[in-house]
Amino acid sequence: MPLFARLYNFAHWLTQERASAEDLVQETYMKALRGFSSYQQGTNFRAWMYRILRNTFLTTQAGLKASASVSLDSDDETVEPTVPETPESVLLARVERETIQEALEKLPVKFREIILLCDLEEMSYQEMGETLGIPMGTVMSRLSRARKAMRELLAAKLQGALR
Amino acid sequence: MTCDLWRDKLDAYVDAACSQEELASLEAHFRTCSSCAAEALSRLQMKRMTQAAAARYSPSPEFRLRMGKSIQPKRRPVWGLAWMPAMAAAAVAVALLAVGFTLWARQTAREQALAELVDLHVATLASANPVDVVSTDRHTVKPWFQGKLPFTFNLPELQNSSFKLVGGRVMYFEHSPGAQLLFQIRNHQLSVFILQDRPGAIPHAMGATARELAFNAETWSEGGLRYVVVSDASSADVHDLRDLIRAAK
Repeated sequence: MPLFARLYNFAHWLTQERASAEDLVQETYMKALRGFSSYQQGTNFRAWMYRILRNTFLTTQAGLKASASVSLDSDDETVEPTVPETPESVLLARVERETIQEALEKLPVKFREIILLCDLEEMSYQEMGETLGIPMGTVMSRLSRARKAMRELLAAKLQGALR
Repeated sequence: MTCDLWRDKLDAYVDAACSQEELASLEAHFRTCSSCAAEALSRLQMKRMTQAAAARYSPSPEFRLRMGKSIQPKRRPVWGLAWMPAMAAAAVAVALLAVGFTLWARQTAREQALAELVDLHVATLASANPVDVVSTDRHTVKPWFQGKLPFTFNLPELQNSSFKLVGGRVMYFEHSPGAQLLFQIRNHQLSVFILQDRPGAIPHAMGATARELAFNAETWSEGGLRYVVVSDASSADVHDLRDLIRAAK
């Protein structure tokens, strides 16, 4: 099954729960098999599979709740340059894998998913645009805001640990 | 251009989404601005750490089995040959998907292995103590690894070449120990990674030559060992060092 383990990991990050992730992956494959005729040969198969999984998630109760709770700020707003209060190198030296996982869990779904697609799946901006159904400019601004939110969560965590 | 404007481009830089022109101007800026260079390195490290931390969940064997069964085509009685063309088409589609997936998986493994070694090279150069044994003498550096690695290797005589040995350290790749040797040519540093060449290990999947974030790399296998050279030096310099190491007795 192509992409099985990677899709499962992505599904688990979205649903935050094993049973729901399994249901989501199963439904994704069923939809992909049923709709394989709609897949255009020569286009990106990986982006097609991730798009099915994400769209399926957004129609679930958890997905509807998650998409309703995200920030309504425009994706295209100007991104302010970030100047962390503490040097990031110090922060990076201290954060551990669990801390990053905790921060990812706390991010709104639309930030979490774009960081996962970019950093874990190493998708190009164009691939992410195809998967998320958004233009490339929006991919770049959303990714920038997502990473800023992630850095702020990690900085808050570090400051809490230092107190 | 102010640093704030350069920093807006750092995400594209760490995601390898810059044009050649942007890459060149960013790297020129990094040479004059240590703050932006450090910020770029931090963001690159953050991306790698997120990549490692996000690979968190794996499907259970039971679920894998259940999925395999659920998408397996159900056996039906054969009433005639009418099904043959459809079955043949399905088999071809599955085979094409499998080949495509295998090629994609190999490419991903190659890119990940190279990216990890480039990270190690960059992190080494950023360190205040890049090597644990500091010596230009191969007869000092090679014996230093005795008892630290489950293999040994030869180092080249560099007297008549432009290269200089800087030193070495023990590194870990895919949970296995290896040697990282640092060489210098003009102002460029070159890392040579030497690892055990285990079948199925990720470096095995790398191509002979490659480029990652504008770094040049070459790899080869010899005597059960896998060698990988990574540097920002030209591909010709990387190739020359490779020839010297291959000829080492």
